[in-house]
Amino acid sequence: MDSPASLGLYGRLLGARVRSDWQYRTSFITLLFSQALVTVLEFVSILLVLELVPNLGGWTPTEVAFLYALATVPFGMADLLMSSVERTANHVQAGTFDRLLLRPLPALFQISAIEFELRRAGKLLPSLGVGVWAVANVDVAWNAQRVGVLVMAVLCGAVIYSALWVASASVSFWAVGSREAANAVTYGGQAANQYPLHVYRNWVRAVLGWGIPLAFVSYVPSQWILDAENPLGMPSNLVVAIPVVTVAVLVAALGCWGLGIRHYQSTGS
Amino acid sequence: MGDAGVDGARVGAFLTLMVEVARRSFRRASHYRLATAAGVFVNTVFGYLRASVLVFVAASSGGMVRGLSGSDLATYAFMSQGLIMVVGVFGDTELSDRIRTGDVVVDLYRPVDLQMWWLATWIGKAAFQAAARGIPPVVLGAIAFDLTWPDHWWLWLVFVVSVVLASVVGFTVRFCSALATFWLLDSRGIDQMVTFTVGFFAGMLLPLTLFPQWLETVARALPFASMVQLPIDIYLGTASGSEIVWTLAQQAGWCVALLGLGRVMMASATRKVVVQGG
Repeated sequence: MDSPASLGLYGRLLGARVRSDWQYRTSFITLLFSQALVTVLEFVSILLVLELVPNLGGWTPTEVAFLYALATVPFGMADLLMSSVERTANHVQAGTFDRLLLRPLPALFQISAIEFELRRAGKLLPSLGVGVWAVANVDVAWNAQRVGVLVMAVLCGAVIYSALWVASASVSFWAVGSREAANAVTYGGQAANQYPLHVYRNWVRAVLGWGIPLAFVSYVPSQWILDAENPLGMPSNLVVAIPVVTVAVLVAALGCWGLGIRHYQSTGS
Repeated sequence: MGDAGVDGARVGAFLTLMVEVARRSFRRASHYRLATAAGVFVNTVFGYLRASVLVFVAASSGGMVRGLSGSDLATYAFMSQGLIMVVGVFGDTELSDRIRTGDVVVDLYRPVDLQMWWLATWIGKAAFQAAARGIPPVVLGAIAFDLTWPDHWWLWLVFVVSVVLASVVGFTVRFCSALATFWLLDSRGIDQMVTFTVGFFAGMLLPLTLFPQWLETVARALPFASMVQLPIDIYLGTASGSEIVWTLAQQAGWCVALLGLGRVMMASATRKVVVQGG
């Protein structure tokens, strides 16, 4: 598959999806708006918590807002571009997954394009707003190094979340009925990252933070960039591990997907 | 006025039918075993996350926030996770899908009231969800967290009544939003808006007790509080004595008002019904 041609194809498939969604205009706009609303309400509930406890284990409200943005902006990107792999379960169940395998393009590429939904962009805008506000208001002397880590964290975070979507979608090749369980890792992971990792119990932190390794999406880079309280005593150079962890998670996820496809047996009738 | 005996027989037949519909719906819901297990898993994971944060909040404020202890708040987190499916926080797109595709015409042909038919379906499913998705997250939560249990045995009974009312309120909210499909033709937008509004104002993201005073007052004046916050108020004993009666009365009031609104919408929708599809 040569990349310029496939990029063009990706664009055309996306365009077709957007045009078809645009047919139900009112619905499309309310969906976009409701996606934005959920992010706003989520953030409001965090603000309400911060009003009760202004000091979350040594982190100021602005620092928590920064962490929140670093948890939700990459998630919004992954949600927009890759969460459509969730629909694999529907294709496996309906038997239409066969069709994807017959075409001369990788199934992952096809499914992310065919099931693309522009309305998911609604989630990104409020998170970006919080992010811009937090960057402007945190007590940090911005330099090239910090900006570099921030950009890297956003990109790596988006890849890690995307990988989680792919890995959890792979489960539907084995147990199609259990697809909801994947939400614990994807949506649950995003929810967990919205608070500093040190508020969680030891073992929750061990599993979600370091096992899945969600900590590398927002907690580790935020702590380093902001030079915030470090009650967990993380080594200060842990940020350099972010790209390594990202690659490892990506490889593991693609491995799961590959195994899943190999295991896939078409449904009858 | 008809003969009283005939009316009695009619009511009897109607109730028998409703119970039958609810039973089938219960049975249908019980078939998806793997999906139920997966759902319990997700609800419990979210319970752990929410309980962790709330317990941390209580601990950072000296053990109590707004009269609630850490274990009260952890209980709130797991109870509300357990209520998600029972009261239908995320709703159910079955009716709105049928309106969108035009299948609702079959429902309208039936010699049974549309609203009562779907209410019976909802209750049957909710009864299954209460057992299969309601209890496990609380039990699994109790393994890792210190939870609060009702002080008196009769509170359990009142709590069950309150949950039934909560489920009916949940039904009325979704019935009204599904009927909006008759006018909007596609229901996904409105379904999602309702989901997020319910999530916030019912007390799914945060207990309403932790809202600032003015916002709590607003939230408690809305019907959504009846779905999650009010039953847990009874369970935790935050509402006690005459407050319990008031809480149940509020829930019952919303049931009546919103069932009524649903009927008005239904009457006007069926007058203008445009069936989509061939």
